[in-house]
Amino acid sequence: MFFLLDPFFYEIVISGLLAGVMYALVALGFVLIFKASGIFNFAQGVLALFAALTLVGFQTGQIPFAHLLSVFGFHVSHWGSGFPTIIALLFSLLVMIGLAWLIVQIVLKPLVNQEGIILFMATIGLAYVLEGVGDLMWGANVKELNVGLPEGPSEFILDTTDMFIDKLEISAAVVAIILVTVLTLFSAYTKMGRALRAVADDHQAALSVGISLETIWWIVWSVSGIVALVAGVMWGAKSGVQFSLSLIALKALPVLMLGGFTSIPGAIIGGLIIGLGEKLFEFYIGPMIGGATENWFAYMLALIFLLFRPQGLFGEKIIERV
Amino acid sequence: MNEVNETQPTESVHGRTFGAPIMEMKNITMRFGGVIAIQDISFDILEGEIRAIIGPNGAGKSSMLNVINGFYHPQEGEIWFGGKKRSPMKPYQIAYQGIARTFQNIALFKGMSTLDNIMTGRFTHMKKGIVSQAIWKGAAEKEEYENREIVEKVIDFLEIQSIRKTEVGKLPYGLQKRVELGRALAAEPKLLLLDEPMAGMNVEEKEDMSRFILDVNDEFGTTVALIEHDMGVVMDIADRVVVMDYGKKIGDDTPENILKNQAVIDAYLGVAHE
Amino acid sequence: MFYREAGDFKTSYKSDQETFPLKLDKVLFWIAMAIAAFVVPFFLNEYWEKAIFLPFFIYALAAIGLNILTGYCGQVSLGTGGFMAVGAYASFKLMTGFPALDMFVVIMIAGLITAGVGVLFGLPSLRIKGFYLAVATLASQFFLVWLFNKWEWTYNYSATGQINSPQRDFLGIVVTGPYTKPWATYLFCLGFLFLFAWIARNLVRGRIGRSWMAIRDMDIAAEIIGVNPLMAKMSAFAISSFFVGVAGALYFAVWLGAAEPTEAFSIDQSFDVLFMIIIGGLGSILGSLIGAAFIVLLPVLFKNVFVGILGIPTDIAEFSQIILVGALIVFFLIKEPHGIVAYWRTLKGKLRLWPFPY
Repeated sequence: MFFLLDPFFYEIVISGLLAGVMYALVALGFVLIFKASGIFNFAQGVLALFAALTLVGFQTGQIPFAHLLSVFGFHVSHWGSGFPTIIALLFSLLVMIGLAWLIVQIVLKPLVNQEGIILFMATIGLAYVLEGVGDLMWGANVKELNVGLPEGPSEFILDTTDMFIDKLEISAAVVAIILVTVLTLFSAYTKMGRALRAVADDHQAALSVGISLETIWWIVWSVSGIVALVAGVMWGAKSGVQFSLSLIALKALPVLMLGGFTSIPGAIIGGLIIGLGEKLFEFYIGPMIGGATENWFAYMLALIFLLFRPQGLFGEKIIERV
Repeated sequence: MNEVNETQPTESVHGRTFGAPIMEMKNITMRFGGVIAIQDISFDILEGEIRAIIGPNGAGKSSMLNVINGFYHPQEGEIWFGGKKRSPMKPYQIAYQGIARTFQNIALFKGMSTLDNIMTGRFTHMKKGIVSQAIWKGAAEKEEYENREIVEKVIDFLEIQSIRKTEVGKLPYGLQKRVELGRALAAEPKLLLLDEPMAGMNVEEKEDMSRFILDVNDEFGTTVALIEHDMGVVMDIADRVVVMDYGKKIGDDTPENILKNQAVIDAYLGVAHE
Repeated sequence: MFYREAGDFKTSYKSDQETFPLKLDKVLFWIAMAIAAFVVPFFLNEYWEKAIFLPFFIYALAAIGLNILTGYCGQVSLGTGGFMAVGAYASFKLMTGFPALDMFVVIMIAGLITAGVGVLFGLPSLRIKGFYLAVATLASQFFLVWLFNKWEWTYNYSATGQINSPQRDFLGIVVTGPYTKPWATYLFCLGFLFLFAWIARNLVRGRIGRSWMAIRDMDIAAEIIGVNPLMAKMSAFAISSFFVGVAGALYFAVWLGAAEPTEAFSIDQSFDVLFMIIIGGLGSILGSLIGAAFIVLLPVLFKNVFVGILGIPTDIAEFSQIILVGALIVFFLIKEPHGIVAYWRTLKGKLRLWPFPY
């Protein structure tokens, strides 16, 4: 048990757990959509990118499609110094809600009752469209995102425990925990939350008691758009807004496989396990096999796990009737 | 115990004579958790007969069929097939033993044509390896056409020539049922299991289906075991009938005698279970 | 000359099941093949070779491979890039380890090795289905690319971490290395595509192909007709990976000549090949070819027409291309899950009846 005395061990555990909270946040967006519409939304990561790009655009007063307009002879780039952060956030929120409506109308409605795998592939297509549109609207350069969250190492923790923990990670974790709590309460205690769960259980039955599928989907995609916005803000503040931000979706997928696609607690615990596991693995095993194991560790863990429990930690058991 | 029987017909019902038991279920019990779906049921199926299993909804008929073709493995009891005790097997191994079936909710391959669906029924009869299939010319091609001939006979028999190349997902319900029967027939099974072959059909379609079942039995000598909950049809075509209710066997006799069986009448007319 | 089936009666099961049921189709096909094999090589320059034909042939092979797994057997894989890397690195090790080996043999063995790896990563398909499996295949993508980055033996301890294809030949004709002639690599890859498209066609129309489609359409019913799900899925993974491995080997050894895992075999490769089969047609060999041609030609078209002729900035052309591909994926999944090839069939059907549509 030598490692328990290692001060690095605790630092790794904590930073792993904090990273795990972020994974959980992204995974949550997936779970919400999957529960309500049975769609495995591969575009969730690109949604986060799109949301972050939009936020930066509003903050800095960029004109959308500026580069495209310049092709037609309109040379514009900014209309002023931009909105204050809170207004920009609100506008981004509205954009995400509008986007959710568009996605439901254009992509989902025509694909009602299709097999899950077809819908999954459609969201891969959607991811490409959103990525292209995002780049076209706001440009593909790396952007800095600052929403006023505290940054830098926390002196308090450094002084008291000798551990180096970024304040940004702590605030991200706090925001994520709040969001998760709110969503859990929302789905458990509000009428709308119950309707969402009804739709998840049985589309036909939900329709027959007068719940509009379209509205529900719109709400769900809006909510997961908002989750994407939060995730995008957190990751964007950490490492800038750029294409690689959309890759956080790839990080969230193993979390889902581990936690089960239908379970909010599963997403959270899965996120924590993977955040923790990959940091520890990289620190203790990584050096022996060349490092950079974070790219695949989560996947391998999830894969091996799935062999023994195909429905994930908390997923519902898949029963096939003959 | 079967050896004596195999040489001569064992039973005869309204003038029809049958061979030895092709399948024997002995004291089968099947539980799902705490629910008992099948409770200590025994019966046999004789070679060449049409055997029906009837009973109200939830009586355990479908479970029984799933036991026969290997989807379920009973906790207790023995299954004898072709005079041998059968060890627990996967459904695809049972297909190789010569048992084919249809499903209550049609289980066709929706993306394939009628022809291809019925060709899949020949799967167990085709032996050529992957290399010869990759080369195609020669062995694999020859095997394909030999089996195609048998499939064409099935298509002619079921009178579905005109939909040979149609994707089955686009066919109406009644025809899909017929294609599914065709797929099972193409396997040239020793025992054909039919799970509610008449479900959801109108009178005319039911008559057609009954005729096909009788013809299959008559022309090819195929042993048929079928599940139905429509008593009328069963009484017309079955040689012998097993009646199930709440997982138990409450009757096993010729259709005429079954109709006189008080337990059966109670089950169907809904006498309260104490 | 009319495009008609009148008078073209089928008198045997053989003629009923031909690849080209119409005589005219068959004649046209062989004319096209003859032109591709005997005329095009004489007019080929390096641009056409490297920018159009080799990518088309190689991606078409990979697309056929993925279509066997996804289109025919119903198992979605996002690990194509990783499996191409296996083929590439296997061919590299064979080329450097056994310099005397003929290139054809090298590529076939590389395919076999990839098939083995494919089976290994296909094992989870026995337990998990649908997008769970799709996500699981990402594991192979990330793990394999990482492996070829970190395991120095695979790239012969080269300082750059890159692999370069040495000069090797096929029956005495140089097909790899810096001194290849366009016609040689062109014919080499065309030969592979022709051979494997034919093999794929044979497999999918026979017993094994039907067992794949049965698993795809309804696995429970497949079992009761005697299909062993293990065998069907594993054979699909093996054969699909074999094709993809061959494509990966050609991709590295013949087309690029040098490769580095992170870029050349990234997840974008996996998506591109998946897009080819969705756009071209799931469950169709011809569709794989059409899809590959489409995805290979689209950037060329954008580059030449939009950037070259219309003078649109490169980045805008690039973004529009991404949007277009994504939109087409959604469009085809909504409107025509059988892809472009379905339109092609409809068109042929109409043509047969033209000008009397009834």
